[in-house]
Amino acid sequence: MADLAPAQREAYWRKTSRLMWIIMGLWVLFSFVIPAFAVQLNDIRIFGFPLGFYMAAQGSLIFYVVACFWNASAQNKIDKEFGVAED
Amino acid sequence: MARTTSKSFVDNLGKIYGVYAGGFIGFVIILAILEQMGVSNKVIGYCFVFLTIGVYAYIGIISRTSEISEYYVAGRVVPPFFNGMATGADWMSAASFISMAGGLYLGGYGGLGYVLGWTGGYVLVGILLAPYLRKFGQFTVPDFLGVRYEGNTARVCGVVVLFCASFTYIVAQCFGIGIITSRFLDIPFEIAIFVGLLGILVCSMLGGMRAVTWTQVAQYIILIVAYLIPVVWLSIKLYGNPIPELAYGQVLDQIAALEKKLGVIKPHAAAYVDAKGQFSWVEFNNFWALTLTLMIGTASLPHILMRYFTTPNVKDARTSVGWSIFFIFLLYFTAPAYAAFAKLEVYTNVIGQNINALPAWVQNWSQVGGLLTIKDANGDGILQLSEFIINQDIIVLSMPEIAGLPYVISGLVAAGGLAAALSTADGLLLAIANALSHDIYYKMIDKTASTVRRLVVARVLLVVVAIIAAAVAGTRPSGIIQMVAWAFSLAAGGLFVPLVLGIWWKRTTAAGAIAGMICGFGITLFYLVGTRYFDMPLWFGIRNISSALFGLPVAFAVTWLVSLMTQAPSKEMQEFVDSIRVPKGELHWVAGTAHD
Repeated sequence: MADLAPAQREAYWRKTSRLMWIIMGLWVLFSFVIPAFAVQLNDIRIFGFPLGFYMAAQGSLIFYVVACFWNASAQNKIDKEFGVAED
Repeated sequence: MARTTSKSFVDNLGKIYGVYAGGFIGFVIILAILEQMGVSNKVIGYCFVFLTIGVYAYIGIISRTSEISEYYVAGRVVPPFFNGMATGADWMSAASFISMAGGLYLGGYGGLGYVLGWTGGYVLVGILLAPYLRKFGQFTVPDFLGVRYEGNTARVCGVVVLFCASFTYIVAQCFGIGIITSRFLDIPFEIAIFVGLLGILVCSMLGGMRAVTWTQVAQYIILIVAYLIPVVWLSIKLYGNPIPELAYGQVLDQIAALEKKLGVIKPHAAAYVDAKGQFSWVEFNNFWALTLTLMIGTASLPHILMRYFTTPNVKDARTSVGWSIFFIFLLYFTAPAYAAFAKLEVYTNVIGQNINALPAWVQNWSQVGGLLTIKDANGDGILQLSEFIINQDIIVLSMPEIAGLPYVISGLVAAGGLAAALSTADGLLLAIANALSHDIYYKMIDKTASTVRRLVVARVLLVVVAIIAAAVAGTRPSGIIQMVAWAFSLAAGGLFVPLVLGIWWKRTTAAGAIAGMICGFGITLFYLVGTRYFDMPLWFGIRNISSALFGLPVAFAVTWLVSLMTQAPSKEMQEFVDSIRVPKGELHWVAGTAHD
């Protein structure tokens, strides 16, 4: 295939990087920011779970699964948009 | 199966593994019937250990290969869903399967650092590395360093880090295999390690990555079934709820109430408390430090990264990361339920009971040397909390008895633990042997070596490394979880920065990356060895399982500074990086870099 023109290539990488930073930001939120407030969150209870405990035991994990599939599908869309998806 | 993976095999994977899973369940049912007919526990233990190893050996032998790309990357035909399962088995080791729930039992909230750390890293793998390494499309992780940083210096640095991290990790797995095999075959630990070693070698030696891949899928199925059955059963029995992950919310409530009654100083769900029950900044810092190093270690360990070399294309590599974390998630979000059920059982039916009338599982396990100790210190005949000491490695193994299940389920759990340890050991062994045979022997010593010769070297190295690892494990160097955490730190300190910056920052130069790797890995190793063996005081109270916390910033800073001080990478190299970033299209190889 013909390579992307430099301007196209930069636009492609800008979009890819933006997606990366968005997910990385949420990753920091679920991995470090929310656990940092575990003591305060533990005062809230849902279905018997103290919320701080729940987030570290299940909540953040659910986010990780969603984030990985989300990244795959969002990046596929970007690839298609720029015509660089594999056949 | 033909010498190369046939299309019909890949198309029928669902059917093949469906039949396999059904067969395995049938096998468990037959053993359950035999148990009711009076077959002894020892025979059932032998059946589980030898029949499962026999199945892995069978897959290993029919997947034997003499093709280079089949041996190193399973022919790059592994569909994302099945690669996800294989990664799950590759990933979850004796530490996850046997020790983690016990760590949560003892540590409460503190143990969740492992749960977060051993899952969140996949986000980094999926976003920062896997698709780009797949596009690069060579055989090993040091291959990438050798091409991107133009030369054998970077390649050798990569191999050294890979070797140190993977070897530490594999010793821990051999240790776990020894514990399970010795308990269920009733043979001495030192001999059991070498019996287990045979189990590792039959899978990986003949068929390399191809055999390991298809064995790991089989091992994942066994380990997840074995992990979920006892806890689901208990959840149904006690709460009428087949989803233990939901049921244990009310268990936590009951535990909290009992803790008040029993005067427990450190509540189960309380975050960042020290032994006195007070909030502690040292605990707080250690929690995030451990989470961070385990996550970054995930995105640096070559035996995990190389699994994404085996998918058909870049898009599948990304999806495959999603399936990997999903299959890992199934076990990880169940582990805290295990811990909560065990704790409630201990608080209600063990503590405060008459010592002569304890549940059967307590009596059984207190007879196994040193894992569960009961001592009536004040001589009142009633068991107090402080008189009951339980080892973290028996929570999962004793769950079938806690739930009042037949012995066949105990055998199943042992088979699951063995599958977890063997599959990880296989992946690690292959990562080490491939780096030595491909990167050191083929790329640096003899570039003209024939295919046959390369594979002979790979197999000999595999056996040699396996024997050394088993011998080291025989000396019982440390606990499983601790050794595994060290491996993550070593990989994170040495490999994360050159891999990620090599893709995401074109300005990274060879000199910068090499200096960064040496400094990052050096500081990590220095802190680990110093605090472990030479009584060096801890820095800021951070335990050495998180050593990479100090190595990582140094690696980033040094790579950045040295890169800016040296001449920017050539235009060809920048074009090479550009071509890695885009899924479609040819790679722009830089002349003179070794690839094939």
